[in-house]
Amino acid sequence: MLSLDMAFWTMAVVTVVSAAAVVLLKDVFRAALCLVLTFMVVAGLFVLLSAEFLAVVQVLIYAGAISILIIFAIMLTRDVHQGNPSNRFRYPALVLAALLLAAIVLVVIKTDWNQLDSRVLPGAPTEAVGATETGVKNVFSNTTPVIARLLLRDFVLPFEVASVLLLAAILGALALVREGEG
Amino acid sequence: MGPVTQANSFYRNLYGWFDSWLPDSLDWLAYLLAALVVVFAVANLVLVITILFTWVERRLLGRFQARLGPNRWGPWGVLQPIADAIKLLSKEDIRPEGVDRWVFNIAPVLLFVPAVLVFAVIPLGKNTYVANLNIGILFIIAVSAVSTLAIFMAGWASGNRYSLFGAARGVAQLISYEVPMVLSVVGVILLAGSLSLVDLVEAQDIPFLLLQPLGFIIFFLASSAEMNRTPFDLVEAESEIVAGYLTEYSGMKFGLFQLAEFAAPFGASAIMATLFLKGWEGPVLPSHLWFFLKVCLLWFLFLWLRATLPRLRVDQIMGFAWKLLFPLGVLNIFVTAAEVLAWPDPSTAQLWTMAGINWGVAIGSLVVASRLAGNKLTSRPPLAPMHGKGGRPLGERG
Repeated sequence: MLSLDMAFWTMAVVTVVSAAAVVLLKDVFRAALCLVLTFMVVAGLFVLLSAEFLAVVQVLIYAGAISILIIFAIMLTRDVHQGNPSNRFRYPALVLAALLLAAIVLVVIKTDWNQLDSRVLPGAPTEAVGATETGVKNVFSNTTPVIARLLLRDFVLPFEVASVLLLAAILGALALVREGEG
Repeated sequence: MGPVTQANSFYRNLYGWFDSWLPDSLDWLAYLLAALVVVFAVANLVLVITILFTWVERRLLGRFQARLGPNRWGPWGVLQPIADAIKLLSKEDIRPEGVDRWVFNIAPVLLFVPAVLVFAVIPLGKNTYVANLNIGILFIIAVSAVSTLAIFMAGWASGNRYSLFGAARGVAQLISYEVPMVLSVVGVILLAGSLSLVDLVEAQDIPFLLLQPLGFIIFFLASSAEMNRTPFDLVEAESEIVAGYLTEYSGMKFGLFQLAEFAAPFGASAIMATLFLKGWEGPVLPSHLWFFLKVCLLWFLFLWLRATLPRLRVDQIMGFAWKLLFPLGVLNIFVTAAEVLAWPDPSTAQLWTMAGINWGVAIGSLVVASRLAGNKLTSRPPLAPMHGKGGRPLGERG
């Protein structure tokens, strides 16, 4: 599968370079655009993993919505043309980023990626079992129903709590903005 | 590559053909060549049809406005788009001082690409599609969302106030109208039970226009706003902000923006023909011709809307999206979901009952909503009091 390898390495390099550019560029607007590029390429990596739904949602939410939010924030920032001044949070940020990276690497290493249980694959035994080839093919030929089942049946409570939280955040933002009017 | 390359697709056949005469080690080259040929074919098909339609659109706009339209170059002026293209290509490419060069150059490309990219998943006829993604309609929504970013990039990089005003208006408008547009598609997805556009066409025993009249109207209006066409063209309102985000662009960069703008109604018509009018299916005539006829019909509707209505105000546009289309979209989802729960596997008689109920709901809710919101939308908002904080007139500050 040489073609997949080539696609993966191209995207991996672009991801790392553009992610580095987000941190290193002085121009805040360009840094935000590099962040969008990173989101896009990560979506491409999801496609390589046969997770099309995740890829499209990544583009829709991150490249389409979150980035617009960031750009609006930049537009409303004063003195944005002076660039991105360095401040004393450099080392605390480094520590935090290193901790986050360690956590992610730990999760990647500790997880047994060869498992599918009944939540992912209907009809499989309740306890986790080793993934069979047909099982994996069943799940990854169309991931949308699997994700839907997980989100709206097995994890419906956290899902709904998250949406209530977002609603509360929207109402809070509205309340903050309207305060000045009265 | 899984579902991306399914049997029968043009891309699959082409890949097989390339693969048969290339050695096994050059597997990737076959993928690449097949992809390049398909991309070239689809992109050029879209562009040629778009260019032809710019001529049709200008002629028809002329008829609507009781004038002739372009009629000098070629029979009935058919060659006018070619003359325009040559003019744009040979124009000087002016880059004003103080623009952010990279962003300024990338923006037109980034606006143009999504306009063509949506055609990757739209079936243009029976078995004629580049890819039958099982998340097809989501792909279209996601790809179109990127154009918001392109408009903002163009406005910001130009370093011109009118450009930035246009871009800010554009972003606000696009974000607002994306919500009712996605909501209106949910009804179709609920009925069909799939996100793939090919499945959506095959799921339509009777056209979804009959089952989803409200969804069709919302999608039509919202996509018309997404394309920044006349009733909603505040983004480039020439009487207010020169040309909005395009103000500083010239030459072929301007041409790319215009192409993207003219390709957008083609894309929207193709999506609506697929979602609501049974796509390529139809009796007697070949499937491609049916699809093209449906696209032409919808395109003419877009043009009619554009030629008839005057431009709206900013507050009217926002109010229309959030106070009218958004609640109607939610209502449509509730009604459709209830019907799908009541008849999970509808017979033809049940489908027609459903259609009757939905038309009743659509007409009733539209009448009620326009009574409730109409006056508020068309009346002018009270003028803001000319006072700063603390009740002092603004001029007397400090």
